[in-house]
Amino acid sequence: MSVRVEPEADARPWTLVIRPVRSLLDLRLGLLLQYRDLVSLFVRRDFVAVYKQTILGPLWHLVQPILTTVTFTIIFGNIAKLPTDGLPGFLFYMGGTVIWTYFANCVTATSQTFSHNAQLFGKVYFPRIVVPVATAISNLIAFAIQFTMFVVLALWYAGHGYPVKQNWTILLTPVYVLMMACLGLGVGIVVSSLTTRYKDLAQLVAFGVHLFMYATPVIYPMSSISGKFAFILRLNPCAPIIEAFRYAYLGAGSVTAGQLLVSGATCVGILFVGLVLFSRVEQTFMDTV
Amino acid sequence: MAHAVEMAGVGKAYRLGVIDRAMLRDDAARAWARWRGRRNPRPDDDDGTPHRHGMVWALRDISFGIDEGEVLGLIGRNGAGKSTALKLLSQVTAPTRGEIRVRGRIASLLEVGTGFHPELTGRENVYLNGAILGMTKAEIRRKFDEIVGFSEIGSYIDTPVKRYSSGMYVRLAFAVAAHLEPEILVVDEVLAVGDAAFQRRCLGKMGEVAAGGRTVLFVSHNMAAVQSLCTRALVLEGGRLDYGPGSTHAAVDHYLGQLKDLAGADLAERTDRRGAGQMRLTSFRCLDASGRDLEVLACGSRTEFLIGYECAQDFRPDGAQARIVIRAASGPTVTVLDSEGNGLAVRGAPASGTLSCALDRLPLTQGAYIVDLILTADGVTQDWIREVAAVTVETGDFYGTGMVTPPTHGGVLFDQEWRLNGAPAVRSTAAEGGLRASCAS
Repeated sequence: MSVRVEPEADARPWTLVIRPVRSLLDLRLGLLLQYRDLVSLFVRRDFVAVYKQTILGPLWHLVQPILTTVTFTIIFGNIAKLPTDGLPGFLFYMGGTVIWTYFANCVTATSQTFSHNAQLFGKVYFPRIVVPVATAISNLIAFAIQFTMFVVLALWYAGHGYPVKQNWTILLTPVYVLMMACLGLGVGIVVSSLTTRYKDLAQLVAFGVHLFMYATPVIYPMSSISGKFAFILRLNPCAPIIEAFRYAYLGAGSVTAGQLLVSGATCVGILFVGLVLFSRVEQTFMDTV
Repeated sequence: MAHAVEMAGVGKAYRLGVIDRAMLRDDAARAWARWRGRRNPRPDDDDGTPHRHGMVWALRDISFGIDEGEVLGLIGRNGAGKSTALKLLSQVTAPTRGEIRVRGRIASLLEVGTGFHPELTGRENVYLNGAILGMTKAEIRRKFDEIVGFSEIGSYIDTPVKRYSSGMYVRLAFAVAAHLEPEILVVDEVLAVGDAAFQRRCLGKMGEVAAGGRTVLFVSHNMAAVQSLCTRALVLEGGRLDYGPGSTHAAVDHYLGQLKDLAGADLAERTDRRGAGQMRLTSFRCLDASGRDLEVLACGSRTEFLIGYECAQDFRPDGAQARIVIRAASGPTVTVLDSEGNGLAVRGAPASGTLSCALDRLPLTQGAYIVDLILTADGVTQDWIREVAAVTVETGDFYGTGMVTPPTHGGVLFDQEWRLNGAPAVRSTAAEGGLRASCAS
């Protein structure tokens, strides 16, 4: 027995109409703005909750890159004797590590959006994109702390006669960071959308990101690679960003404006694909957990 | 009157089957066909027959409107589609067909405490929880003192919630939800966690919201609550709108009628069962003292429940346990008859058989009851069927005094012994021998 309910003409307009799966490009990014308070509260939660009741608190953010850099300096610098573009090894590795860590953390953390929040998502509606965006932002805070340490160190080296020079492209830092954030968020939400259906991917993410580091000029400079490997390496959108960072703050790095533009377009493209996939998945993913 | 919510031809299908390589193959085949403009080679089944990687419809063609300011009851058996309807309405998942139109903000009291983070303080959690439920920071700031006052948390507000007692936790969570001031409130009594006091508070809040002229959708198994709180009600059955929306009284009657029809159905045919399924319930009967099937049970007379079971070919239970859950038609569980608790160890049982449970004098008062059956083997739930039978109990002479127990006494009757100044009570009737209250002396 079904009664057709016709909408009344004279009544106030509906504030919400729920329909089956929306069109592919109906991303509803406006909702993100409407829920900006929730974004900021999630950022705060992510950042604060981790360091409650630890003695070092946010200083822990400095421990990780320092230890990684020391390890890299010993293994890749002193033992393997990989080239560092003529830069002091410690500084070279720290730059790469700090920037790479932001990307890697962004990908791994946002790729777990659905699996970690299934309970919350199952009970209450809010635009799901709020969660990965907040994750990307809260990782940005950690990045800012680490990056400040790197910059201080770079200035110290420059002031003590090492072959390290800063130049005007420092002003492009926000652009580089934005590119990195787009890429990390984009890859992360692509993976998180796919893992709701193919759980196997979750296994792949952690070591996949780890392996990908070797396809990125983190522990070696771009200039040390030649031939067809160089071409393949140029396809990696992370490569020009890291080289550009090194060029700006340390004065050595091989990157062209063209490469940066291609990288930027790739970052935006991946983010867009991610948003489309994500908005498709967020509507029905509760049926598959 | 204008509608606050309208559902128009709403349906929801779920995909069945496990996620494995076959699914990847199906997906690939679909994508390939679409790419080449062909027909879908593995169409999603539309007629509701469940099959591997097919679809099953949890809700079909649901259309109704909820008037602004009304309290609408949503009732139906387990698996009828109530929870699915709520999920669609709260946008947790999207409908497969149709359209839902809403006027105003929806909040549901099943979301209590959602997103609380144990490491954060009460204050931080109030803001976080409020924002998750859709409030802005400014809104929460405005209501903050009121929320803290309502929760009676006091100075603990700046302590991490992991140090809270469970009572404080629930009070704070509820206070946030209660101050959301939605135009439309959804209450799922079935899912509501917490103790009786908390549930009473939920119901109280609901009445308050309704009295304030806002719209409430109330999902419940508790017919008494539905009848006292709702202005109208509707009944779902098998994912379809079976009755209503109509008067609450008629809807409740319809629902109880459904349960009666169900009792006639063959247990082996029931599909709404849970459990491992290696051991299955096949029949349920009620017999009187002379072994006749009973239509209506009588309070105080000998009653025997028979439960038929069957095992899968390769399965022999080592320690099986049967439980008969007797619930009042209005909701709450009255008692559970438990084979294990009564020392029956079903060891090396044959592949099929009948368990029986006899009550010398049925201690239930007059009224309508619902029976659920649960079969467990080696600690694993094998078969669990809710609403196996709807049982009517007539009033009778439980105490053997010749006096009929008034239905207002309610619930379960006990043997009891009364004395005056330590002396056994004097028989109050001339009936010979039967005053059990004094027999013990």
